[in-house]
Amino acid sequence: MTTHLRNSLPKLLAAAAFIVAASAAHADIKIGAVLSVTGPASFLGDPEKKTLEMYVADINAKGGVNGQKINLIIYDDAGNPNQARTFGTRLIEQDGVDALLAGSTTATSMAIIPLAEEAKVPFINFAGAVQAVFPAKPYIFKTPHTDLMACEKIFEDLKKRGLTKIAMISGKDAFGASMQQQCMTVNAKYGIDVLHQETYGPGDTDMTPQLTNIKGTAGIQAVVNPGFGQGPAIVTRNYKQLDIKVPLYESHGVGSKQYIDLAGAAADGVRLPAAALLVADKLPANDPQKKVVVDYKTTYEKNTGQPVSTFGGHAYDGLMILVDAMKRAKSADKAKVRDAIEATKNFMGTGGVVNMSATDHLGLDLSAFRMLEIKNGDWTLAN
Amino acid sequence: MPEFLQFAFSGLTVGAIYALVALGFTLIYNASGVINFAQGEFVMLGGMVTVFAHAAGLPLPLAALTALVTAVVIGLALYRFAIEPARGASAVSLIIITIGASILLRGATSIVFDKNFHSLPPYAGSAPWIVGGAALLPQSLIVLGGAAAIVVALWYFLTRTLTGKALLATAANRLAARLVGINTNAVVGLSFAVSAAIGALGGILMTPITFTSYDSGTLLALKGFAAAMLGGMGNPLGAVVGGLVVGLLEAFSAGYISSSYKDAVAFLVILGVLFLMPQGLFGRGGVERV
Repeated sequence: MTTHLRNSLPKLLAAAAFIVAASAAHADIKIGAVLSVTGPASFLGDPEKKTLEMYVADINAKGGVNGQKINLIIYDDAGNPNQARTFGTRLIEQDGVDALLAGSTTATSMAIIPLAEEAKVPFINFAGAVQAVFPAKPYIFKTPHTDLMACEKIFEDLKKRGLTKIAMISGKDAFGASMQQQCMTVNAKYGIDVLHQETYGPGDTDMTPQLTNIKGTAGIQAVVNPGFGQGPAIVTRNYKQLDIKVPLYESHGVGSKQYIDLAGAAADGVRLPAAALLVADKLPANDPQKKVVVDYKTTYEKNTGQPVSTFGGHAYDGLMILVDAMKRAKSADKAKVRDAIEATKNFMGTGGVVNMSATDHLGLDLSAFRMLEIKNGDWTLAN
Repeated sequence: MPEFLQFAFSGLTVGAIYALVALGFTLIYNASGVINFAQGEFVMLGGMVTVFAHAAGLPLPLAALTALVTAVVIGLALYRFAIEPARGASAVSLIIITIGASILLRGATSIVFDKNFHSLPPYAGSAPWIVGGAALLPQSLIVLGGAAAIVVALWYFLTRTLTGKALLATAANRLAARLVGINTNAVVGLSFAVSAAIGALGGILMTPITFTSYDSGTLLALKGFAAAMLGGMGNPLGAVVGGLVVGLLEAFSAGYISSSYKDAVAFLVILGVLFLMPQGLFGRGGVERV
């Protein structure tokens, strides 16, 4: 056995050397992705994965970026921040990626941020919460709208309707908790009084007790529900069952058709801030965002056979911003790509117009959000 | 008062589901000494298979039956191919096998079906009745009534039929049961089948209220296990009471104390009870013969 190995060792070494040489000659651009493809956040990670695979294949078929093919490496963290950190480390240290498009949730993104920052790898994440990008760290960028913007958009709409006394019922997951916090930092700016607050756990199946307390609080004019996943759908149903009459506002975290399917008729009249993607067909023809959202929606729905959600759109924006930056930097050099991403101006994505700067690594403003209202089981533009 | 009633309705509905999961734990534990952590997966299967069979065009009762049969077949397969071959292994090894089975079932479901949340139309309309100022869903009554019917049927089966008595005898003393001619292997297999059926029924009843997804069984197994421990592991009555108590504790602590700490409050009470009564509310004292 040992002799056999010793005899074949030179051959093995030669083969190894050949493989190394061969791969050096092709030198693909390596993009690493850690997404929550399974687990409770799979409704985020799954469309993100499909979007990345679809568009990377498309880019490679068209000759790649700067003449180099993209090699996309995807790991599934199942929504677990510990696994996200493990896979993030593996991508950076073993796979040696040039850039990261990762983090389906706020929790998993926060787990990878220190790794990317230390290794100086450009990292575009898909976290909802504002901490994922403020204060700006040199190598960290993100594409989804922040929870702070969602709060401001909701409060803006409330103010317009003359509703100033509200109650909040928030999910206890990272997204819900962060958005609740952010809302409490800007409510005074819009003259909104939060009279009562409740929470629910990510796996809870009945929010009736919490909503009963909200119903019993005198003077409530509207209810805001920061959260994502199935929680808001249950809240919406319980809300209708308890016959609470005041308007219900959801967050952008429910921006998928699944929410309407689950909540059913109870979702009618619910308002939420969301990206233009959800109402792609209903945008006026002169809307500057119309082309990009309709293109993405058509491509995604044709390739996957599933209805489009805003979450896959965030991955699309991330990939396109990265590819665009690599083209402008004329290389995949990490520091140059970072500078190029930061210099992104007037990039039209599914989430809105992106204008990055040294202090703003998100680059979206409130106009990126549309206020939607659910009518007859479909999204419509409110106002 | 309307608040109190509302919390009670909410707690009883959720508690009935926990009670059904706890019953499943109890049956298998009694017959085989195994704590079957795949019990939550039977509930999930009941919901998921019904949803997809219904979506494929089967009428709802037939879809529910399909789910029930699927769960029973999987329960029997779990016993035949995973538990029985490891018969001589320690209880801990068997528990680990059931955890493995639960991960396998979850993974298989996510591949065979999908990873999204699904719902079923309520079986008796979605308009709530107002009772004493509190909203009560028809579906909540169906869950409660269904759970009660299952408990009664199980009681009848265990105390009035020969097969049921064989199950009780095996639970009491396996060796003695074998000596009087009971096929204890078949009985343990039967306990898996019955547990799977109870779990699946729970899933079918609750899905219109709670939704279902491939991983919805995990949390249910945890809560059901807590309920079974609270009631006294191995006591069917304890399982039912334990489930209802856990559900009510959650609802009342969410309503009256703080929704942020409702799980903590529920589990603190359970820990407190187990500290004072280590056998649970209805458990028999374990006697070791040396």
